[in-house]
Amino acid sequence: MSISKKQQEIVAEFSLFDDWMDKYQHLIEMGKTLPLIDASEKTEDKLIKGCQSKVWLHAQLNDDRVVFTADSDAVITKGIIAILIRVFSMQPPEAVVQAKTDFIDEIGLKEHLSPTRANGLVAMIKQMKLYALAFETQMNEQ
Amino acid sequence: MPFDVAAIRADFPILHRQVNGKPLVYLDNAATSQKPQAVIDSIVEYYSRYNANIHRGVHSLSQEATDAFEQARIKIQKHFNIAKKHEVIFTSGTTHGINLVAQGFSNLLEAGDEVLVSALEHHSNIVPWQMLCERTGARLEVLPMNAEGTLAMDQLKNVLSSKTKLVFVNHISNALGTINPIEEIIQKAHQVGAAVLVDGAQACSHLQPDLQALNVDFYVTSAHKMCGPTGIGMLYGKESWLEKLPPYQGGGEMISEVTFEKTTYAELPHKFEAGTPNIAGGIAFGAAIDYLQHIGLDAIAQYEAELLAYATQELGTIEGMKIYGTGPDKTSVISFNVGEIHPYDIGTILDQMGIAVRTGHHCAQPVMQYFNIPGTVRASFAFYNTKEEIDALVNGVRKAQMMLS
Repeated sequence: MSISKKQQEIVAEFSLFDDWMDKYQHLIEMGKTLPLIDASEKTEDKLIKGCQSKVWLHAQLNDDRVVFTADSDAVITKGIIAILIRVFSMQPPEAVVQAKTDFIDEIGLKEHLSPTRANGLVAMIKQMKLYALAFETQMNEQ
Repeated sequence: MPFDVAAIRADFPILHRQVNGKPLVYLDNAATSQKPQAVIDSIVEYYSRYNANIHRGVHSLSQEATDAFEQARIKIQKHFNIAKKHEVIFTSGTTHGINLVAQGFSNLLEAGDEVLVSALEHHSNIVPWQMLCERTGARLEVLPMNAEGTLAMDQLKNVLSSKTKLVFVNHISNALGTINPIEEIIQKAHQVGAAVLVDGAQACSHLQPDLQALNVDFYVTSAHKMCGPTGIGMLYGKESWLEKLPPYQGGGEMISEVTFEKTTYAELPHKFEAGTPNIAGGIAFGAAIDYLQHIGLDAIAQYEAELLAYATQELGTIEGMKIYGTGPDKTSVISFNVGEIHPYDIGTILDQMGIAVRTGHHCAQPVMQYFNIPGTVRASFAFYNTKEEIDALVNGVRKAQMMLS
């Protein structure tokens, strides 16, 4: 499934909830689906700066697709990462680099997920795109 | 007369707005206080009626503005019982005041001298001293804290010696609300010949320090935490110390005579007030002091103590509640965590309910490291908060706990 299809899918899911509490509950549940990361992998170099909570992000290239794994010590932040991973993981690096991210406005948690919030959303997206760009460059050189 | 919180709330326009569809419950007063109409009006009036540059014009507007600005200085002087009005230096805020003193002391310290800070400090009261020590070769010593979140006063004698030239301590800890025993620290520091600077940023909205009685050498604070505007604050320095320190910045107004050969510096306070100051801010700082005086700092302290006791008791009924800063002397600040829940998660859910609290390390990472936590949720109450708002906080935390566990 393409990145934009996945984005539409997530927007549709969130549109089922009217109440902010239910939306957050869904976000929190999504966070719980993130695969656990071994403590030994939560190293300083994988920490994203600019978040109030700690976010570790790891990326690798598998069969020309970027695979992201991530974790956080805050569950709402984990939910946000889970959304981003669902959208960006297992995609070609080029598609990740070029992807738009305005779907976040449509989820209905706009106030919360707006870029000026100190939740590190912008920092997370930037770091994911940087990894993708590095893999894209690496692939072009081969 | 009983404390009429409803009448007080009517003075603060912002308290009537909604956030995320709910009435605002503002419990982030330790970050900045809200402003009463009288303070807002003083700014509007200045810009609408007598905006002019001060201390230099011969025209009437300039004279009116100068009078109002200098009147504010006198209000501050009286409020803090300062001996001379030129010992009141207008700054842009607490951080500016601290940096002004740190910069000045870089000419007075030598390698081998020691600078003492407390373990309860805000970053703004650590970093300038680290920089000062790097510049001068002086050593930074730390007065430790203990598990109650109070200073380990029994260890003061181990870190204070004749080598100590400067001691820096906050009057009240911003992260925990602990009121530090500054009288004792000032007295002991003076016994070894050290100067003391007290950071009063968190204190002046809760109590009214008598700076002559304290015999403190320097005291800094910000207007915006005491119902005044941002961008203005006070540095108090004893005249003898202010005379000793070199000017901080060059510019207009801080000089008395300039030729290309030599500049003669102006008298105090202008020596430290280079350039056009924050005139509107200074005047509004004066209006904020008038407002606090009108309510009365004693009445404020008494009411806030009630709020603190009520909030401590009610929050204490929540399972897994852990309050940091449990010393006997504290202001209306509660720093807490609930079980293993991240403070950021609780703050986010509270925000959805219109409740504003601070989450994180509160610019006091050493304090968080001591407790080995990433941060806390900090609810800080002002005299315009109510018990109903504390009930809203407690219900909000319970709801967040339910959602997040």
